[in-house]
Amino acid sequence: MDFPGGKAMDAVFYDSQRQGRFSFYMTSGGEEATAVGTAAALQPEDVIFSQYREHGVLLHRGFTLQEFAHQCFGNKHEPGKGRQMPIHYGSKALNFHTVSAPLATQLPHAVGAAYALKLQGVKACTAAYFGEGAASEGDFHAAANFASTLGAPVLFICRNNGYAISTPATEQYKGDGIAGRGASYGMASTRVDGGDARAVYAATAEARQIAVAGGCPVLIEAMSYRSGHHSTSDDSSRYRTADEMRRWRARDPVERMQKWMTHQGWWDEEQEKELRQSSRKQVVEALQIAQKEDKPPLSCMFTDVYADLPWHLKEQQAEVADFVRRHPEMLPAGMPNDL
Amino acid sequence: MHNSGVIVFGEDVGFGGVFRCTLGLQEKFGRHRVFNTPISEQGIVGFAIGAAAQGLTPVAEIQFADYIHPAFDQFVNEAAKYRYRSGNSFNCGGMTVRAPYGAVGHGGHYHSQSPEAFYTHVPGLRVVVPSGPREAKGLLLASIQHPDPVVFFEAKMMYRTAVEEVPTGDYTIPVGQARLAREGGDVTIVAWGQMVAVAEQAAAVVQEQGGVSCEVIDLRTLLPWDRATVEASVSKTGRLIVVHEAPITSGFGAEIVAAISKRCFLRLESPPVRVCGYDTPFPLIYEPLYVPSTPRVVDAIHEAVKF
Repeated sequence: MDFPGGKAMDAVFYDSQRQGRFSFYMTSGGEEATAVGTAAALQPEDVIFSQYREHGVLLHRGFTLQEFAHQCFGNKHEPGKGRQMPIHYGSKALNFHTVSAPLATQLPHAVGAAYALKLQGVKACTAAYFGEGAASEGDFHAAANFASTLGAPVLFICRNNGYAISTPATEQYKGDGIAGRGASYGMASTRVDGGDARAVYAATAEARQIAVAGGCPVLIEAMSYRSGHHSTSDDSSRYRTADEMRRWRARDPVERMQKWMTHQGWWDEEQEKELRQSSRKQVVEALQIAQKEDKPPLSCMFTDVYADLPWHLKEQQAEVADFVRRHPEMLPAGMPNDL
Repeated sequence: MHNSGVIVFGEDVGFGGVFRCTLGLQEKFGRHRVFNTPISEQGIVGFAIGAAAQGLTPVAEIQFADYIHPAFDQFVNEAAKYRYRSGNSFNCGGMTVRAPYGAVGHGGHYHSQSPEAFYTHVPGLRVVVPSGPREAKGLLLASIQHPDPVVFFEAKMMYRTAVEEVPTGDYTIPVGQARLAREGGDVTIVAWGQMVAVAEQAAAVVQEQGGVSCEVIDLRTLLPWDRATVEASVSKTGRLIVVHEAPITSGFGAEIVAAISKRCFLRLESPPVRVCGYDTPFPLIYEPLYVPSTPRVVDAIHEAVKF
């Protein structure tokens, strides 16, 4: 379900963005097995710190297509209250911290949270996702060193998809990739085929066992390929060849899983076709519903900056309310004025 | 002026940059002078400092100003103090760091911010914000040639919206000099970057509505800023409005208002005011209300005149 659901979501959401229905989208084509394979090996009490291309993890945890759609439209049902760009998902109930766009900043958070779990006696770990490009940031190195020296049960899950926007991995690092860095920080480290969901699952299950039992970090480098553009703001044909893209797409992780399941006699073309069609239908419906919903109300512009509303924000809120009374045309479409 | 010591680098700069600002440069000048770096803003700025201190002229790009913060230590404790701490034995004045900033309509928290005020609090840096293509060329070349480190914020809204004739060849605009964008006698509006256009639109609206005449000053350089030009204008008009996208509290407008209040105190006809972003993170769906708009500036002009 996670694979066809994710594929259908990527296809329909991407097209919707291109039609201007919402402002931005990022697909995860080529990396589905990394997200879903790792998620399947984690437990619900494990806490996720993602980058921004791991919606397979959320899907696996039970985030609904409707919830994805609500977030992309920034409507009133979205926990982030429309304040962030599309794809910045988060779910308290699913132990998935809200996405923030800066790179690698979430890695030290995952270490601190893992340390907290350990101190609290919870038999769980945190999982921190990032790309091979983000691994160049200082925060990666701080996080790895802290996790190792302080003994934090965190899984560093690197999606090495070959590109940081246009910059190929060959210009991002030398030496033995990201996995090679684990040993130098004194942590167990492994490299897997990120396009093979079963391999990813097996590696993650063992890594989790080591981390939780030993109170220590483990690094997993999942090798894959970003089949799509970096985002809807990017055109990857400017910096990579059609031939390269074709070769990698022939190794599509979802098709590989499908073939394996078919070979096992657990799945067939007919079931696949049906599931794809029904997934697509669900995604389209979710978007239609989300698009019709109101935006969060005007008052949400100023809440949540702090736990309370300090005097200066009360003043500014009153200023905006007064401005909107005088210039009602400036109120964004679909936004109720509750001030 | 040709300078074979200029190097251009940053994330995705090699293929032309995500905003196409470095398009064709690698083909023209070679990979040793125009290149991608690994993703590390502190690395980019620290590298620029070292290269400049050793005699090169680095022009570094931070892909979005929202992502400049990991480099803050390199700016504040290194670039800004390199000359002072060595008694002028060393400097990194050859460096210029470009960063696209500001609202674009759909950038949310992390593709919209205007962090210029942080850098105006750092003695030793020069902070430049051009307001259009012609200005960008003249100020960028002047910044590259300037003997101090320059942080150069480019309003990314204008990458797609601005259309203007730009002088060919070596063309510079002096760092530190403001520009009179519109002459007027009743109210002075000070702005920089994208907000200059908003100030000009508001000035045109009030002129048409009832003949209020606004003087618009494009500040161009924020540190050190051209206080004399603003002071001369406010001495004439008696009214000051500062417009910026960044949150109002501790924004650079506060500095301008404080300085002008002192120097023009007896000539003021109304309290100097600021029309700015509010004190919240940049909120995606509330952007039309958050970013100073023409009607907000028009309202502020009327209030100043009525006072």
